[in-house]
Amino acid sequence: MYTPEMLELIKRVEATRKERLHQEFPLLSADAKQELLHGFHPDFKDEVFRTLTVGPSKGERTPKEYADVFEAYSTIDPGDFDLSKVDHDVDVLVIGGGGAGASAALVAHEQGANVLLVTKLRLGDSNTVMAQGGIQGADKENDSPAIHYLDVLGGGHYKNIPELAKALVMDAPEILTWLEKLGVMFDKQADGTMITIHGGGTSRKRMHAARDFTGGEIMKTLKDEVLNRDIPLIEFASAYELLTDGDTVTGAVLYNMETEEYLVVNAKTIILATGGGGRLHVTGFPTSNHYGATADGLVLGYRAGAPLIYMDTIQYHPTGAAYPEQILGLLATEKVRSIGGQITNIEGDRFIYELETRDVEAAAIIRECSGRNKGVGTPSGQPAVWLDTPIIEELHGEGTIKARVPAMFRQYERFGIDMSKHPILIYPTQHYQNGGLKIDDSCETDVKNLYAAGEVSGGIHGTNRLMGNSLLDVVVFGRRAGAAAAERATSIKKSSKITLSHLEAFHAELEAAGVPRDRTAPMLLPEYRRPELAGRKLALSS
Amino acid sequence: MSQDMATIYVMGKPYEVPKDLTIMKAMEYAGYRFVRGCGCRGAFCGACGTVYRTSDDYRLKVGLACQEVVQDGMYLSEIPFFPGNKAIYDIEELTPTSESVLKLYPEVFRCLACNTCTKACPQDIEVMEYIQAALRGDIAKAADLSFDCLLCGLCAARCPAEIVQYNVALLCRRLCARHIAPKSAHLEKRLEEVEKGKFDKDIAKLMDMDEPELADLYNNRDMEPRD
Repeated sequence: MYTPEMLELIKRVEATRKERLHQEFPLLSADAKQELLHGFHPDFKDEVFRTLTVGPSKGERTPKEYADVFEAYSTIDPGDFDLSKVDHDVDVLVIGGGGAGASAALVAHEQGANVLLVTKLRLGDSNTVMAQGGIQGADKENDSPAIHYLDVLGGGHYKNIPELAKALVMDAPEILTWLEKLGVMFDKQADGTMITIHGGGTSRKRMHAARDFTGGEIMKTLKDEVLNRDIPLIEFASAYELLTDGDTVTGAVLYNMETEEYLVVNAKTIILATGGGGRLHVTGFPTSNHYGATADGLVLGYRAGAPLIYMDTIQYHPTGAAYPEQILGLLATEKVRSIGGQITNIEGDRFIYELETRDVEAAAIIRECSGRNKGVGTPSGQPAVWLDTPIIEELHGEGTIKARVPAMFRQYERFGIDMSKHPILIYPTQHYQNGGLKIDDSCETDVKNLYAAGEVSGGIHGTNRLMGNSLLDVVVFGRRAGAAAAERATSIKKSSKITLSHLEAFHAELEAAGVPRDRTAPMLLPEYRRPELAGRKLALSS
Repeated sequence: MSQDMATIYVMGKPYEVPKDLTIMKAMEYAGYRFVRGCGCRGAFCGACGTVYRTSDDYRLKVGLACQEVVQDGMYLSEIPFFPGNKAIYDIEELTPTSESVLKLYPEVFRCLACNTCTKACPQDIEVMEYIQAALRGDIAKAADLSFDCLLCGLCAARCPAEIVQYNVALLCRRLCARHIAPKSAHLEKRLEEVEKGKFDKDIAKLMDMDEPELADLYNNRDMEPRD
């Protein structure tokens, strides 16, 4: 419910709507974009970062919150940990039950590998399930994988690893076909033509959607298929440490989130599909991410010796909810802008073209609030600008919003806001980790037999990902990882040498660097209890 | 009690919490650290289905803990898991008919049309309507009506006929996409072109370019107009 003051301010947005209706707003020049990013994007603020002093990417910088989990001890003492009983003996261990993990498990299983899929929460609990807007794929007559490639590279500031970007765009038509065959309901016209729209930074309309539950629809289908194929699955079992024979991965220690016991897995190959780290809340930003997004897989891979790439770039989604406070940080999907939504300041004036790439769009909103003082205040103190949604109904007819973004419409309706009649308040929110563990185009990291797919990996999107390329990424690279890990598993003998020697070496490095002993990782779950409670906590047992 | 606080009863036990919090944030405020019963925190995953009652009413209400704001005197319990039946099938071999649905989920026959499921849906889905549609073989309608389902399980928890509505819905959507939806000719054509290597040269050329060359192409590329 808007306050009377807010309703007064909304009148200014309404007053300019008519003249904005068919207003052309220019794209920024390449130079203007750079100036904006350097002035206002958090990736360009030195105080956000710290240089890593240990591990394979020593000397590289990453946000302090990430540095705190990379430069951290395991709570396992590698010198005194019983690994004598192996609980699961498999070919391919897939860690993570989101879009990448489920895709990997399906393909590895199809190839005949003995697969075990483990996940920290429930199968499907992931950022995949939350992705609303769409999945890219160059399947229209006026489009091509090459045009898609150029959009990906330009959006990523030409930092993308070319082989990975190629895999992303070239696999896309196959991925869309595979998903549809599995039973994902894409939005289509009566003749079967896919309904596709723009996203920020796309030069062709290639965003495919399943209403505004695109990721949810994909995830539900993949999950159902994993269950149909009876792939061995353990939920509420987080990977807690990898096991190696010194330099090659050979297994993992899992942690039962409910009973607190640990399990030992011996595997030929391992796929990390654990997602990103939105719940680390870089510089205190709210996040659009799932509860489990705590960067665990990055920590485990890093300790085992896998280097990182572009871990100094975080994507802030330009339009996170800034009001009401109950949904702070959740997304107003980019699709709202794709179908005509406009961003305005407190005066009701546009200040940026709505489909610039996400980094540019976010920086422009931050500038409008903190650089030009033209933001809209909210009761919690969270700065904001308007996302004019009623204009969509004027452009495409009454009922468009409820039909095209039903999940979002319902979310606002729950808090007494009708977004088809009133604009909504938004501000950038921590959304995506552009970087991650460095992989090749079969998803293998620099550590032998250790693969990574999805947000935990890096290099595909350069230093800025485009909308709709993440849902594509998780399926493309999930499948590639599953295929490569299963293939490798058939060609090697299993090593039963499962040790924590890499952890012992990593701990020694931490000690030499003077990292405080009480800094531990992986985090597993974020802490949202009141701080006062922590001071009165009693442990049940030691 | 301060006017900004509310008393809620989590599984019967009272806690004082700020009254503008969602159930999920209120439980965290009270000291709960979720392992189950918390997922996306944004109404997409169905992990936090909650049943509650207010002290002045005998009727049970439902909501998602991540979305529903607490009320003074609210008695609540999350139902983070429901042990519903899930049929195993090969989507390729099924036909989009009521026979397929009823063979896998014969309990759909038992629907009493009591509408309890619809009342139990935190997504305001016409659950009974889609079950009835599935029963009469209108799979596309069942798929359409159930689209926003989050698999939270509250419908099944309340169903006197013990139907697992959300799994029936998922089956119908998969049947619809696989066997009813018209094929995309442009997608089939593109897939064939990719497989025949039609774009290999173009991509190879771009992969060989240095940054200034790419930037020049990118900054001058033609843009398909927005809607």
